[in-house]
Amino acid sequence: MISKGLFKKPKNELEDHHWVKRQSDPAIPSELCRSCPSCKQLSFTSDLDNNFHICPKCGYHFRINGRQRLNMIIDPGSFTEHHQNLISTNRLEFPGYEEKLEQATLFSHENEGVITGIGKIGGYDVALFVMEVTFMMGSMGQVVGEKITLLFEYATEHHLPVIGFTVSGGARMQEGMLALMQMAKTSGGVKRHSDAGLLYIALLTDPTTGGVTASFAMEADITLAEPEALIAFAGPRVIEQTIRQRLPKGFQRAEFLLEKGFVDGIVPRNIQKDALIRLLSLHSIPKGGDDHGSL
Amino acid sequence: MEAYKRVTLARKKTRPTGQDFINNIFTDFIELHGDRCFGDDPAVITGIGYLLDMPVTIIAQERGKNTKSRIKRNFGSAHPEGYRKALRQMHLAEKFNRPIVCLIDTSGAFCGIGAEERGQGHAIAQNLMEMMSLKVPVISIIIGEGGSGGALALGVADEVWMLENAIYSVISPEGCASILWKDSSKTKEAANCLKLTAQDLLELEVIDKIISENHRDFKNVYRELKLNLYKRFRKSQILSPEILTQTRYNRFRKFGALDITK
Ligand SMILES: [Zn+2]
Repeated sequence: MISKGLFKKPKNELEDHHWVKRQSDPAIPSELCRSCPSCKQLSFTSDLDNNFHICPKCGYHFRINGRQRLNMIIDPGSFTEHHQNLISTNRLEFPGYEEKLEQATLFSHENEGVITGIGKIGGYDVALFVMEVTFMMGSMGQVVGEKITLLFEYATEHHLPVIGFTVSGGARMQEGMLALMQMAKTSGGVKRHSDAGLLYIALLTDPTTGGVTASFAMEADITLAEPEALIAFAGPRVIEQTIRQRLPKGFQRAEFLLEKGFVDGIVPRNIQKDALIRLLSLHSIPKGGDDHGSL
Repeated sequence: MEAYKRVTLARKKTRPTGQDFINNIFTDFIELHGDRCFGDDPAVITGIGYLLDMPVTIIAQERGKNTKSRIKRNFGSAHPEGYRKALRQMHLAEKFNRPIVCLIDTSGAFCGIGAEERGQGHAIAQNLMEMMSLKVPVISIIIGEGGSGGALALGVADEVWMLENAIYSVISPEGCASILWKDSSKTKEAANCLKLTAQDLLELEVIDKIISENHRDFKNVYRELKLNLYKRFRKSQILSPEILTQTRYNRFRKFGALDITK
């Protein structure tokens, strides 16, 4: 940043209330209909549930939580979660952090901002992480960094490919430098996994920003993105304040990154599982035993 | 001393910059330019020189000394090509078995259209990953401001040292105050909460050593850095690449949270 006075607005949607509101509307399960944020058309919630939470009129991908995503990708009944009981503490005694964590736990029904574990995709054994947007915007503190690193270490030891779904507001500032250190730590985990000749596929979803973009989100062998996902180091508002001009339409969206050469492909949600199965197959990943419902 | 005072000192316009450290610690410095992909980023100076009798690779963020050079240097905020230039030099250092010294001084990686378009996040991420497995010794020193990911991109080292009045933070105190409290007048409070001083970070083991300063005269700082770097590199020379990279991995691996289970 050039000038210190430029930080008037949130850096990367981390604490953006507008965003939380937008997220909480569609989360109300009793709602019969939902309005598409993109084309404003109403759709039956049940239709959206059966359509990967994609707007049938315009293809907009509604934001979904980690468990919903997990269920779309993993073979039914094959997932074993790792370290789900790890929770964060307020080591720096940052004001208000305990309350934030408590609210996030209630709001997300998760203990932290990432779900990790092992399971099968089309019968292929994989290590999987899915970041949780409803837990403090998927921001990365020590627990998120630890769970992701543990997953890469486990995958390295057991010769498993890693499939990762990212969504994040960046490093969690309430953990100060200990959060920043997670960027280096997770990168170390990815590097060792890579040096062991193993496959890592990242699927970037809306929004992936800040310290996660500048670490494991951008370190995969194959980087895929969901349509129109915001993928950025600095969020659009920070840039607009820094350079004092409006950004062109579509800037930092998945399609823009594809054009600039930073993602391998854009994969809509309804064909993500098929795409992953084809990629796993092309990398000669051995299929696991069929003890769990493989295809 | 309160944290915000350090912030002010770290950013002080008269504070020596990367180039001063290069001139006063190393001899026969030869600057090497460009990332071989897009351009040459003046916010990062890279090259080779002698540390006493030892050839080393030097990578320094440079803020500039007057208005003209500050603009040229983009106030020390690097674009992706700055990080890629640094990585290119690190790989050369590895090839020719030279230790690497990184001098960190930036308010952050640049936030702009070109920086995003050319993959700022990707450039930083690649440095983190590659530095982790460099087979030569690496020491990073925060000489002024260590601004978040843009600083860490040169900070994955065997040891990280910090000058007494330098700061190293996940976000600027201004940014933190405006995001968390929507109130930029709480900058001082934010500076305290973020634990960004050398003393705080030594306690958290984010850094390994504090270099004391006398802010009128940096001669002692340069001398102390020169001796400490030389001693440290001599010590690393006997280590195998495997031990070197394993130790570096462990250094960052320790920032975990495994003892806390619900
Ligand atoms: Zn629509």
